[in-house]
Amino acid sequence: MTKTIMTADDSASMRQMITFTLKQAGYDVVEAEDGKDALSKAESGSIDMLITDLNMPNMNGMELIHAIRQIEKYKFIPIIMLTTESDAEKKQQGKLAGATGWLVKPFQPPQLTAVIKKVLR
Amino acid sequence: MNSPQSFKDAFIAEAEDLLVEIEECVLDIETNPEDMDAINRLFRAMHTIKGSGAMFGFEDIASFTHHVETALDFVREGKLKISTKLINMVLKSRDHIKAMLEHSQGGPVVRASQTEDLIKVIESLIPNKLKNQPPRETIVPSMLPKTPTPVEKVFRISVKPNENIFSFGMDPALLVEELRQLGECTVTPYTGSIPTLDQIAPVSCYIHWDIILFTNFDENAVRDVFIFVEDECETKILDISDNRDDIPKVGEILVSKGDTTKEQVEDALRRQSRIGDLLAQTSGIPKERIKSALAEQKTLERKKAASQQETVKVAAEKLDALVNLVGELVIVQAQLSSISRHVNAPPLQTSVEEIERLISELRDVALNVRMMPIGTTFAKFRRLVRDLSSELGKEIKLETEGAETEMDKTVLDKLGDPLVHLIRNSIDHGVESPDVRLASGKPSTGTIRLAAQHRGAKVVISITDDGKGLDVDKILKKAQERQLIPKDADLSEREIYNLIMAPGFSTAEQVSQVSGRGVGMDVVKKQIEALRGSVSIQSDTGKGTHIELSLPLTLAIIDGLLVEVDEDKYVIPVNSVEECLELTESSKAMDKSRNLLKVRGELVPFVRLREVFGIKTKESKLEEAVVVEMGDSRIGIVVDRIVGDHQTVIKSLGHLYRNVQGVSGATIMGDGNVALIVDIPSLASIANIDEQQHLQQNRSVIQ
Repeated sequence: MTKTIMTADDSASMRQMITFTLKQAGYDVVEAEDGKDALSKAESGSIDMLITDLNMPNMNGMELIHAIRQIEKYKFIPIIMLTTESDAEKKQQGKLAGATGWLVKPFQPPQLTAVIKKVLR
Repeated sequence: MNSPQSFKDAFIAEAEDLLVEIEECVLDIETNPEDMDAINRLFRAMHTIKGSGAMFGFEDIASFTHHVETALDFVREGKLKISTKLINMVLKSRDHIKAMLEHSQGGPVVRASQTEDLIKVIESLIPNKLKNQPPRETIVPSMLPKTPTPVEKVFRISVKPNENIFSFGMDPALLVEELRQLGECTVTPYTGSIPTLDQIAPVSCYIHWDIILFTNFDENAVRDVFIFVEDECETKILDISDNRDDIPKVGEILVSKGDTTKEQVEDALRRQSRIGDLLAQTSGIPKERIKSALAEQKTLERKKAASQQETVKVAAEKLDALVNLVGELVIVQAQLSSISRHVNAPPLQTSVEEIERLISELRDVALNVRMMPIGTTFAKFRRLVRDLSSELGKEIKLETEGAETEMDKTVLDKLGDPLVHLIRNSIDHGVESPDVRLASGKPSTGTIRLAAQHRGAKVVISITDDGKGLDVDKILKKAQERQLIPKDADLSEREIYNLIMAPGFSTAEQVSQVSGRGVGMDVVKKQIEALRGSVSIQSDTGKGTHIELSLPLTLAIIDGLLVEVDEDKYVIPVNSVEECLELTESSKAMDKSRNLLKVRGELVPFVRLREVFGIKTKESKLEEAVVVEMGDSRIGIVVDRIVGDHQTVIKSLGHLYRNVQGVSGATIMGDGNVALIVDIPSLASIANIDEQQHLQQNRSVIQ
């Protein structure tokens, strides 16, 4: 069964690039342009994994991760945060919120697929 | 559309929107420096330009924007006050980014000095105390595909995830999978911490792993596998590829620490085939050589053990005592298992399971000790054949095959008499005198072949001669004379052959010295059946006779099929069981009054254990039939329920029960109850008598 991955990012070019990469790799993609949008789409639909930016309007990445983990069906899905701040503090915060891993911008499409393979069966 | 260029175009369009937003935010902030929303939007816009710019190849924009973003971050955190200077700087920076963007689309060149000047302005706005913060670490795992090196390394990796690892969306099995991508892995899972089913939390991880990895990647590549689980996983990675010569073996370390004993280590090493691979890696010996060395070592060990075995002589009765004790142990162990199943105590169950395994091993070893090659028995017949044949003026040679076939000594001891009888029969009645043989075109010397071989859990011993074969007409006539069969009986060849084993049958017209002394084949049959074996006869007139004895390997402990009639349990020896089926109306033969079962188109007589043993309780609605094989014939034994496999320690019945039909012994069950062992030959004769009586009744009705 094709896995569905949600990408949450306020940057349209980033979403475009991630969507393209994921579709190339054979995944279905749901796009969301901020945390609030992501949460409502996740609640109404069904996703197998979330890739989220941290700096977003309306609801930031940390809040989104935390909210997603509160949803019963998403308790154990892999969540990857995209970050430019690679400091331990952010990683720690993300982990505490329930993120599985992270990927630092800028990255190449193969890095993205490598991270997904790490966490998604 | 989705080419790198199109991503760039998308970024440029996005950046232009963001630059407009930046301008708006700055102007908002100028009018209201407390407008946090505007400050956040401004920061985010810069942040996106930086992040996405770096993604799509606008490194110059990204690195310049980074400085602006840093300043704005301080503003956002309240560490830097909004000032006209700051507003001017942000607006200038915004224009600078726009110029750099335009340059990428063919606009005028943006001089590096302009960028540097602006950065200086930004730096000047940030107080020194903020600048002294340690630089932010930017190096993180690249996630880029790694390139293998020509050097193969060995890592010992221990992965112990926290119980809550799943709540981070991480499946630890994926980590092991990822390691497999790096090279050949030997994975040892530790499942000892898994609690019992009623205590298990399905969202917790109870397993951890030890992994030996042979890889051409370096340690960093191995560490990268665990990058996301540094806090959720206790991970130890040890490069053991350099420890070639002097390192003590793991076993030795464990022994020295008192964690285990030398015997246990040796046992473990025997099981762990990877030790060979490990050696191959650390000492550079090709794997094949290791394998062959191991094989050689094993062979030597076996040889040594075998030679030691030859030198040890043990009194047979000591062995019998040992086997008897093991039998008792098997019974007590079954009781223990049955008790532990009713007590919810996992440590007890673990111990009981271990005892179960050990006792089953002990049983095999003990029975094996009592095994002897049949060759010693065969050797005795050489003299017998020589003496007898010269006495009778016949030329007979004895050929033997499968002398190394092993059987339980107790079975072997009781096999001598029937074999002597069969061989005598062959010499006396089977093989013709030399002139008769020559006249019928056979070599003057006859051959008797004695062969033994394993067939499943049985040993099949065959006696074959190339004599005149059985005389069907003579047997029939004799049987009718002795009233063993009705005058008009229509029998198959097999059934006719089987007549020679009927009690009181002897075809020798004159009682010769050798055979036909009144004890005929019926005694042989009885003796073999007493050993839970069966006899089958094949013959080809003029060409010879072939008699097969099928015997169990041992008489002490057998695999039994446990069945149930009413509340009582019975054991049917598994090695005679051919198949089990449900007794339905359609599986019975058309004539309901006859006890015949249809098994794959063949009619098989059956007996009801309930009727044989006179059990008078209410009949069960469902019945099952066990089809057993008896030499050449098959019968069905109908029971209420088939329970399953049972390790049956055979206990003989007392003298009082010696003549009870249908039962050959008893066993003690785990719950202390006694189960009778069903005697198939006597049941078979009951089934056949029933059927014959029925035929006779029919006949008298017709007459």
